[in-house]
Amino acid sequence: MKVEITVNGEATSADVEPRQLLAHYVRDTVGLKATNIGCDTTSCGACTVLLDGEAVKSCTVLSVQADQQSVTTMEGLDGAADGRPEHPVTAAFHAEHGLQCGFCTPGMVMSAVSLINHDDELDERKVREGLEGNLCRCTGYHNIVRAVLVAAGKDPDAAQQAEAESDALRTAPGFSRGEGA
Amino acid sequence: MIPLAFDYARPDTLDDAIALLAEKGEDASVLAGGHSLIPVMKVRLGAPEFLIDIGRLPELSYIRLDEAAGEVAIGAGTKHRDVVNSELLAAEVPLLPAVARTVGDPQIRARGTLGGTLAHADPAADLPAAVLALDGTVVLQGPRGKRSVPIGEFYTGVFTSVREPDELIVEIRIPRCGDRGWAYEKFTRRSNDWGIVGVAVSGDRIGLVNMGSTALRATATEQALAEGRPIAEAAALAAEGTEPPSDTHGTPEYRTHLVQVLTRRALETAHGQR
Ligand SMILES: Cc1cc2nc3c(=O)[nH]c(=O)nc-3n(C[C@H](O)[C@H](O)[C@H](O)COP(=O)(O)OP(=O)(O)OC[C@H]3O[C@@H](n4cnc5c(N)ncnc54)[C@H](O)[C@@H]3O)c2cc1C
Ligand code: FES
Ligand code: FES
Repeated sequence: MKVEITVNGEATSADVEPRQLLAHYVRDTVGLKATNIGCDTTSCGACTVLLDGEAVKSCTVLSVQADQQSVTTMEGLDGAADGRPEHPVTAAFHAEHGLQCGFCTPGMVMSAVSLINHDDELDERKVREGLEGNLCRCTGYHNIVRAVLVAAGKDPDAAQQAEAESDALRTAPGFSRGEGA
Repeated sequence: MIPLAFDYARPDTLDDAIALLAEKGEDASVLAGGHSLIPVMKVRLGAPEFLIDIGRLPELSYIRLDEAAGEVAIGAGTKHRDVVNSELLAAEVPLLPAVARTVGDPQIRARGTLGGTLAHADPAADLPAAVLALDGTVVLQGPRGKRSVPIGEFYTGVFTSVREPDELIVEIRIPRCGDRGWAYEKFTRRSNDWGIVGVAVSGDRIGLVNMGSTALRATATEQALAEGRPIAEAAALAAEGTEPPSDTHGTPEYRTHLVQVLTRRALETAHGQR
């Protein structure tokens, strides 16, 4: 089945099987290898790309579902194609040491781009919650959170101080998250 | 992991989708957000021969206030993310966006739909129990026309409902809540997990997640509240009539305990006592 997908601003088109996953379209059909496949079960977020501007897990989207839409991968960010961290998010990951092995990084960066695009009042808690769908086995997240705060134009020290002093519920995120009124 | 081969169509209108579903019969499945169906197909627990993609139908994606009926009407294709961000829903039925915010993670909420999660009929899903607490109605449409089914009569078992194979869920209707208290308590061990148990409260109606083969109401607790008994006493009855599952996350006994604690907390929040 023929699909036409704009990838990082360029028109691409291919005859694909309906069962092809978007992650495989990006990696194998188009040949852009930044996007990783980690769990292949919608959990780890390593495969995160932007689909019409929204962060999605490309291991759980069919290429045919993305027909006539546009995809952005980490290669599509300024400077990334030649390995130069010029985009505010990649620059901040570089400066704040927001990666170790780097496997989670392309997905983490794309989630961060989407998070920053959708919210200009980010604080530490919102960053942690906004990256809930991206797992990192190396960093312990601390420097990733700082990098995203920096990329969002926040002072990471001040943001972390504010979170530490806030009266936010002291339960670990994820345990009973009761809410109501 | 790659699904078994299938054919795919993305009709441009709802009428075309319904006609195609009728034509293809039981070999076809509709694809909405794909965030339950694609994982199932990838591990080959399901292998529909034909997918009818309704995920991009503008006709199914809306959130409206129906003043005459005193209800909000939500298109079945509305994404979890749009439910979370809706000011109308926050004002009229605040429990629903609060529950939607606990589904999966941001990427999952950007794809999954309200109609998809209701149709999938997973007793561990959050939103069916919320719609149950909110006394919502599921609107189905097929070749024989439209019909409305109260959510309490919709589910028949694990992954099953009264929806006929040629019917689509097209809309979910929820009565306006006014200033009724509400709360959602979801217990998980890791941040984006499914709930081990969840309790959704809207006024004195209580919907339970993962306490049996379908979303359930805590009827004994509701009854006790109606008799004017205190919250602690009423909440202790929350597991009555339930059949909680056993899995790696907990035994039925554990869930029986958990549901009482969560029901007490949710009722205290909803009734302004916390
Ligand atoms: C990693 C992961 C974590 C998740 N965590 C949670 C969680 O914490 N809580 C939770 O509640 N859910 C969770 N989900 C499920 C998520 O909410 C799904 O999006 C949702 O259950 C299905 O919605 P969908 O639109 O993706 O449906 P699909 O996957 O497209 O469809 C699901 C089923 O419903 C049918 N269907 C879909 N739409 C319609 C319709 N309009 N009419 C008739 N039939 C229809 C399909 O044919 C299919 O059988 C999670 C999913 C994943 C992958
Ligand atoms: S590879 Fe897609 S979420 Fe892990
Ligand atoms: S840097 Fe290694 S997984 Fe995140």
